Amino acid sequence: MSNKFWISEKALDIQEVVDLVTRREAGAINTFIGTVREFTKGKRTLLLEYQAYVPMAEKKLAQIGEEIKEKWPDADTAIAHRIGRLDITDIAVVIAVSTPHRADSYDASRYAIERIKEIVPIWKKEHWENGEEWIGDQKEQKAYPKGQPDEEDLT
Amino acid sequence: MNKILLFAGLQEKAGKAELQLEAVNKSIAEVKGMLKDSYQLDEIDTSMAAVNEEYANGDFVVKEGDTIAFIPPVSGG
Repeated sequence: MSNKFWISEKALDIQEVVDLVTRREAGAINTFIGTVREFTKGKRTLLLEYQAYVPMAEKKLAQIGEEIKEKWPDADTAIAHRIGRLDITDIAVVIAVSTPHRADSYDASRYAIERIKEIVPIWKKEHWENGEEWIGDQKEQKAYPKGQPDEEDLT
Repeated sequence: MNKILLFAGLQEKAGKAELQLEAVNKSIAEVKGMLKDSYQLDEIDTSMAAVNEEYANGDFVVKEGDTIAFIPPVSGG
């Protein structure tokens, strides 16, 4: 199971992730590909640097896979996330979910990316033309208004 | 003795990714306080903690050999 959820220092191969969930029972494979965006609210990004607490991040990706299995028992999930220096348009994350019917594959894929942004210990540092900063606003909202995430978000 | 891991902004502020600290029988909240004082890590207040790669609350009591990671708000994806 855990070999379907990993952190990589090398460029991600979309097909490799898709192949892990390809099976005869599937009628749909939904892939989500997260890429490095150049402009955020008018600010130009030159490159991104991702860091992870690798062993825990891989466990948490696997946990997301288990959560998906509970919610959509027929779903099969694989997730790879890249770390290190990424240039604009590079692939940061690939999620593949296969299900017998298409609706569940969309829902589970969306669930996976939202959970990544909540519980997986990965950070990105934006390098702009005039500076750099570790980004910490989960789900692009204000981070941890209560000083820490809600407990139910973590389990 | 305990291994402490720091990431992202915390790591840069402290100038190190890893340190050793005697934290046995202290709570995570107390460990946060110690690090905040020693390294001026104000951001640790808004960070989560993980003990042995699993999230832990502030009242979790540290045991010998536990690895404690401080996890600033995450931004993967």
